[in-house]
Amino acid sequence: MANLIQRVALRGDAEAFAELFRTYAPRLKSYMMRQGADPMTAEELAQETLMTVWRKAGLYSDERGSATTWIYTIARNLRIDRVRREVPWQALPEGHHETASDDVAPDEALSLVERKSRVQAALQELPPDQYEVVSLAYIEGLSHNEIAERLGLPLGTVKSRMRLAYQKLRSAVEDLNEQ
Amino acid sequence: MKITHHPDEATLMSFAAGSLAEPLAAIVATHMSLCPSCRRDVAMLDMLGSCLVDTLDATPLEKPAPDAGTLRSQTEAAGADTAKSSRDAAAFRDLDDLSGNVPEPLVRLVGPSLDNIAWKRLGYGIWHYPLPLSMSGKGDLRLFKVAPGQVMPEHGHGGAEMTLLLRGSYSDEFGRFGPGDVADLDEDAEHQPIADPEVGCICLIASVERAKFKSLLARIVQPFTGL
Repeated sequence: MANLIQRVALRGDAEAFAELFRTYAPRLKSYMMRQGADPMTAEELAQETLMTVWRKAGLYSDERGSATTWIYTIARNLRIDRVRREVPWQALPEGHHETASDDVAPDEALSLVERKSRVQAALQELPPDQYEVVSLAYIEGLSHNEIAERLGLPLGTVKSRMRLAYQKLRSAVEDLNEQ
Repeated sequence: MKITHHPDEATLMSFAAGSLAEPLAAIVATHMSLCPSCRRDVAMLDMLGSCLVDTLDATPLEKPAPDAGTLRSQTEAAGADTAKSSRDAAAFRDLDDLSGNVPEPLVRLVGPSLDNIAWKRLGYGIWHYPLPLSMSGKGDLRLFKVAPGQVMPEHGHGGAEMTLLLRGSYSDEFGRFGPGDVADLDEDAEHQPIADPEVGCICLIASVERAKFKSLLARIVQPFTGL
């Protein structure tokens, strides 16, 4: 996928873009619908996410994150802006680009694919109760309090499940951070 | 600058999920601009978001992908984006030095310097400066300036609330908080902060439940006449 974005970035390759679109737009439409957008708005936001990828592909830096992560952050911020109608404070990865040398080792770039596959594996291995709160936060867009209400759990339990999930992810990638 | 107090891990996760209330997200974003380790962890949490989106089923689109003509017209608009983005990136560089400077994410609300803020006096030894949220942003975000050695009455918060230290320091039951440090207290935590005896402190406080926060403020500025 990173390769497709590079083809879009370097050559304005419309075919590479069409493939990115086929892969991501339908899933992003599902994402927007789960976040509470009606189907028409969800489709518009999915289309707009991909158009942003097209316009900003030249800024995409392979060093900062995987292509899919970059697309996720664009979609998330668009959702905060249009569905929640709030200001997104989350920086897109390119905002940090110039400080990359401070906190990302050069060979860390090589381990990004490895990193993503470890995060994916750690996610699949989460116990169901931890997976559930993580998914409610990311996919349904619920706050800690809303998750507690939805599941009928004390707030402290929701937070501690999230912390446990976080710690598992971090230990799955820890040795990559130390390289 | 050594940061020793970070946001709660559950708070960072909700930030990356895009499900943290706007004023709290402002605190996290500002802290991250000063904290490489939280930037690295949030990058991992962003990656988790993309893994979760990958698990969703596809919903077929009604309209086709944009055609070549649409793409070409978008390319022409892209030049402006590129210029803006490199400006944003440039603004991100000078963040280790907080002497008088406002961390980059706050500049659009506060301006570039902590020395030119139009403080309003709130009570003895305490000034504040409310910051605007978006129309649908719930809660409260404001700067506080506390005089050297000022002691706050012991209090709890009873709602999601975070404090980010920008200048000076304060100390309480949880330790000493200096520039870049975040207090992300549990809802039932109580504390009695004391501002730095030499320089006092300037901090950014975000609260989700505005009514509770206001009554807390009233109590803090009127410790002898209030509840």
